[in-house]
Amino acid sequence: MSSETITVEIWRGKEEGEFQTYQVPRMESQTVLDIVTYVQRNLDPGLSYRFACRVGVCGSCAMTVNGKPRWTCRTHIDKVAGDGTLRIQPLRNLPVIRDLAVDMTDFFEKWTQAKAQFVPTATRADDFAQVSPDDPQRKEASAGIECINCGVCYSACDTVAWLGDYLGPAALNRAWTLHNDVRDGGRAERLKAISGSGGCQACHSHQSCFELCPKHLNPTASIAGLKRATVKAALKGEI
Amino acid sequence: MKAHRNHANYWAFALHRLSGVALLFFLPAHFYVLGLAVEQAATLDMFLSWTEAPLVKLLETGLVILLAAHMTGGLRVLAIEFLAWRDWQKSVVAITGGLSVAAGLLFLLNAG
Repeated sequence: MSSETITVEIWRGKEEGEFQTYQVPRMESQTVLDIVTYVQRNLDPGLSYRFACRVGVCGSCAMTVNGKPRWTCRTHIDKVAGDGTLRIQPLRNLPVIRDLAVDMTDFFEKWTQAKAQFVPTATRADDFAQVSPDDPQRKEASAGIECINCGVCYSACDTVAWLGDYLGPAALNRAWTLHNDVRDGGRAERLKAISGSGGCQACHSHQSCFELCPKHLNPTASIAGLKRATVKAALKGEI
Repeated sequence: MKAHRNHANYWAFALHRLSGVALLFFLPAHFYVLGLAVEQAATLDMFLSWTEAPLVKLLETGLVILLAAHMTGGLRVLAIEFLAWRDWQKSVVAITGGLSVAAGLLFLLNAG
């Protein structure tokens, strides 16, 4: 297998740029990140890309691979390059810094806008909260908490592309997990933050986020939950 | 269809949007023809006899499928937004598609 090569096209430049083609030796269990790393270390030291853990934990290495956003460290070449060619681009919907590295500022800024941070209600004097894993709300929260902030859903989302201020699947998914955390004290403020322009109601339920989330989370389901929660809160006059 | 969009739920969205746009063009024509009944009965009769042609019946079948697709697609969206989440979303897409085609076939069976 190592005697074979694969043709790889990699985006070079910023918003303006071009694809450059490389021939990379095939290896067993080779990932897309392995390919990019091979190119940078052996063929083109100027190639910029981002990675850290290489094992699907840190969420740093997401790129667009043959048209789909993916976590490259755990995407095997066998799975995505059936015809023997590979086209690697930076993530969509985020400004390109250079080559395959994108600026994630907007992505994380929107988490802040969605008030997607835990608001504690207990003090040091309080005992631990008793939360049963079987509690329906806890199950809703648990279903969404494994997000690694990789930006794949944000890149896959057409609503983000069409509506610049849309908060996006990841921030809204985080808001939904907090909404279902009985220890959290920021629900009303959070629902206000995610119910305006660019909030959860803007979602078209395309479900590309669910389709492509490498952790198999379902942000569309979380956003649907937020839509129901905001409608209920609006009917009660809470937001 | 771009690679990241090529999945059942996106196709369902696209069909819902395209059928909506198509019906936007159809409805004014539909109401214009209905309006002929008020003052131009003869023209309306001529039009109605034209609609008996097999090719027009076939086109009408397409319209019925579009209408059914838009209605079932709309119900699907309402279910997503107002009912508890169901994990069998792709089955829902298949059901809406099946119902739309069935509505068209039912129309075609009664067209003769």
